[in-house]
Amino acid sequence: MSQSQYRPGPDANGLFGAFGGRYVAETLMPLVLDLAREYEAAKADPEFLEQLAYFQRDYIGRPNPLYFAERLTEHCGGAKIFFKREELNHTGAHKVNNCIGQVLLAKRMGKKRLIAETGAGMHGVATATVAARFGLPCVIYMGATDIERQQANVFRMKLLGAEIVPVTAGTGTLKDAMNEALRDWVTNVEDTFYLIGTVAGPHPYPAMVRDFQSIIGKETRAQLHEKEGRLPDSLVACVGGGSNAMGLFHNFLEDESVQIIGVEAGGHGVHTDKHAASLNGGVPGVLHGNRTYLLQDDDGQITDAHSISAGLDYPGIGPEHAYLHEVKRVEYVSITDDEALDAFHATCRLEGIIPALESSHALAEAIKRAPNLPKDHLMVVCLSGRGDKDMQTVMNHMAAQEKQA
Amino acid sequence: MSRLEQRFADLKAEGRSALVTFITAGDPGYDASLKILKGLPEAGADVIELGMPFTDPMADGVAIQLATLRALEAGQTLAKTLQMVREFRVGNQTTPIVLMGYYNPIHRFGVEQFVAEAKAVGVDGLIIVDLPPEHDAELATPAQAAGIDFIRLTTPTTDDVRLPRVLERSSGFVYYVSVAGVTGAGSATTEHVKEAIACLRRHTDLPISVGFGIRTPEQAAAIAKLSDGVVVGSALVDKIAQAKSPEQAVSDVLSLCSALAEGVHGARG
Repeated sequence: MSQSQYRPGPDANGLFGAFGGRYVAETLMPLVLDLAREYEAAKADPEFLEQLAYFQRDYIGRPNPLYFAERLTEHCGGAKIFFKREELNHTGAHKVNNCIGQVLLAKRMGKKRLIAETGAGMHGVATATVAARFGLPCVIYMGATDIERQQANVFRMKLLGAEIVPVTAGTGTLKDAMNEALRDWVTNVEDTFYLIGTVAGPHPYPAMVRDFQSIIGKETRAQLHEKEGRLPDSLVACVGGGSNAMGLFHNFLEDESVQIIGVEAGGHGVHTDKHAASLNGGVPGVLHGNRTYLLQDDDGQITDAHSISAGLDYPGIGPEHAYLHEVKRVEYVSITDDEALDAFHATCRLEGIIPALESSHALAEAIKRAPNLPKDHLMVVCLSGRGDKDMQTVMNHMAAQEKQA
Repeated sequence: MSRLEQRFADLKAEGRSALVTFITAGDPGYDASLKILKGLPEAGADVIELGMPFTDPMADGVAIQLATLRALEAGQTLAKTLQMVREFRVGNQTTPIVLMGYYNPIHRFGVEQFVAEAKAVGVDGLIIVDLPPEHDAELATPAQAAGIDFIRLTTPTTDDVRLPRVLERSSGFVYYVSVAGVTGAGSATTEHVKEAIACLRRHTDLPISVGFGIRTPEQAAAIAKLSDGVVVGSALVDKIAQAKSPEQAVSDVLSLCSALAEGVHGARG
């Protein structure tokens, strides 16, 4: 397969190879078709792109740095590790890149109300933020379990004026929040814009969210070129739905020399029933508007995902990742809760950066690989978010460990 | 002539509308659910929609979400749902059964095997909520080739441009979802339904059944005056939720079905 085939999609039906598509109820079909048309038009409109660039620069604070993680590099004693500092964005994660793009589209389409689902709350916070900035009312669906473990983000969303609807159905996590957001959308078809937070859902969402996130890879390419005069040798990013990873990877898919690694949440291990590794532990199926790899049982019932990081706690993955996995352009590995926590602590102490538990999965994989690589190997890790939201989770975990000891 | 065609033709000859009842297979448990299924025709159901439980019923309201969970907790699977139809067919060769649900369990079961087994046990039609015409090749085409009708939902958001596309490969009947929303949500006005049916009539000769938000014999009678079929789901499923025992679930669902049937059958009298 030639490299150019790695960036094929999606086709007119939203398919990346066999993955993606538009598996939604008929009530929503006119809406997703309309959204695809409007997005195509916006993409080609210089005024829209100019607005987007303005908000990326003056509101989000882009470009954010590509930082040479000198002490972590020394600690590992191999590859030269760089962090793409998405955690320095306004709101503290990569999520806002996508939210700014979609809210501009919502305004352009004359929509009057935003809805979104959130897991860790980072997408919810980013959505509530842009809703406030653009004066739109906003309803965030969040699983009851996630509300419990992400109190700080719940409070932030409230401060920003969002209404938070706890979802108790199912396991009370991200997938259930997404079901509930879809139910809201199907009920409020006239005026509501559904701001999906990851590269999943019916077409055009996976492609659109990827496009809005692809600024991560574009900047990385230019910044590394400036620093080192060449392409990276490897890229590492965590993958739940997979938007920060798609954002970093997309620009490099055709560069054969760049090794690309996606890191799934291995929870207690992919051999157990407590993980969120859809590619390493799931099979293809159809959920939330797209065909992709899913955690499911033999009867096609979706099974519970588990990860210490709420943001990776989703039983599916964006369809483009499923495609890149099947054509073997990207290598997908998994990192357990414990490995992610170790990397979290290492990054705190060595670099003075408190990373999100999601990003800690990517850091753990980097720490695993770097020692075995030559010193001129350039590795970029996507530091997708900051860890302030995870204080309670880490505290609880440390307390539990002390008890055991 | 397929069982669905036959049933709607017979009812047309009698000058009345069909009562289409929805229950979730395996709710509250396999045995009680089978008893309900077997009792529905005698209680006046003309067509039966049998829900295939799925963990993530995105287009359903609370009543059917809970029904799904009850069924899954009681151990219902797609294979058991097919078995239920097989057992139903032992005593009934005339009442059409339409399986309704989401694509993933079928995808996992294997489309080819599913279509073959569904045909063999006596399934007459399929309503798959998350398979729009854009994905016809996956299930609609093989199902229809095997002689199973593929019934499409049309909704208040289906405009004149989209409608021909939706109806193109529809068979059996057309299910008009009278409100934009999830199952069990508020009901549409008869004015709205009248207009919507007139619009659909310009595009199709298939029987038109109307559903979403119809709960009482009176509402059913009002819709029956306008359409070829009236679908009731959440109200029946609620009876199962409220029942204190499986026996009570069976008798309460069947009595509501009888009352609805009276409303529907008397509507044009």
